[in-house]
Amino acid sequence: MSEAVMDNVAEAPGMQGVAGDFSRDRQVFGVPWGKAMMWIFLLSDTFIFSCFLVSYMSVRISTTDPWPIPSEVFALSFGGDPIPLILIAIMTFILITSSGTMAMAVNMGYRKDKNKTFWLMVATALLGASFVGMQAFEWTKLIVDEGVRPWANPMGAAQFGSSFFMITGFHGMHVTAGVIYLLWVAIRVKKGVYERRGNNYEIVEIAGLYWHFVDLVWVFIFAFFYLW
Amino acid sequence: MAHDEGQQHPIKIYLWIWLLLFVVSFFSYMVDYLNIHGPMRPTLILIFMFVKAGFIIFIFMHMQWERLALKLAILGPPAAILVLIWLMALEGGYTEDTRVDYYGESTFEAQAPPHH
Repeated sequence: MSEAVMDNVAEAPGMQGVAGDFSRDRQVFGVPWGKAMMWIFLLSDTFIFSCFLVSYMSVRISTTDPWPIPSEVFALSFGGDPIPLILIAIMTFILITSSGTMAMAVNMGYRKDKNKTFWLMVATALLGASFVGMQAFEWTKLIVDEGVRPWANPMGAAQFGSSFFMITGFHGMHVTAGVIYLLWVAIRVKKGVYERRGNNYEIVEIAGLYWHFVDLVWVFIFAFFYLW
Repeated sequence: MAHDEGQQHPIKIYLWIWLLLFVVSFFSYMVDYLNIHGPMRPTLILIFMFVKAGFIIFIFMHMQWERLALKLAILGPPAAILVLIWLMALEGGYTEDTRVDYYGESTFEAQAPPHH
């Protein structure tokens, strides 16, 4: 088949276009290789987080002891009555804010606005760092004040601690890695590395994909661990 | 092709989605704050969760504007997780039943946290 015919098949709507993309013997997804690889990495990460959340579901169903009530365990008092889940709510809003600044950074990158891209990425990283800081505070409160351990806690099923530390710990590790990754890319943006490489800011979008994924995972953790 | 210039979209879209994410997050927090229980609780939690996940994946991560081949390659495989959830829920229920049968109901009594 000639090139022109192959291109027509690839441009076709629906499954015919998919068949065209996979059969025309060129790059399939129509995206830079770095972006395709990041998506595939995120897919594998999805399975890891899913395994954690499914095992949490499994132990929560199978335990005969009462499950500690997250609404009460994670309540925080600012002088008055304890407000349920308030710290977790604040952390959620911080992460969403950082996702917004990241989306704007990607947009500014494609507009070749080096300065704005740099500062928006720095803002995203700072919000991410404050999220990790709050998580450290939450862990300290849980371990020191509430006596929660991976093998036992005074409020109910022992599996609560192991699920909590594993899931939020692995997520926090992702946020920490993301902060380092974002700062590294931001510094290279500032130094003009990507300006010299054909003014191509694709890397900002790839870093953004990772960051949005971290926010995405938090959406699921918030729903299943804290609210359920 | 739009891909030649990468994913460039009007800023307005991002600001709208950003705002909607705040609103939906506020709603999902309200599920807990207003003490909603019974079948409404999981229903609302799941609805708000999927709405937020959809906004993030399709708009912020630009999946909306990617080719169908990429959408299917990335969003298709996680469907297998539904099978895992189903199997583990069955297994979990069975484990709980056998624990109750052989060890009896839980005698756990919650204590006040040590430092309060």
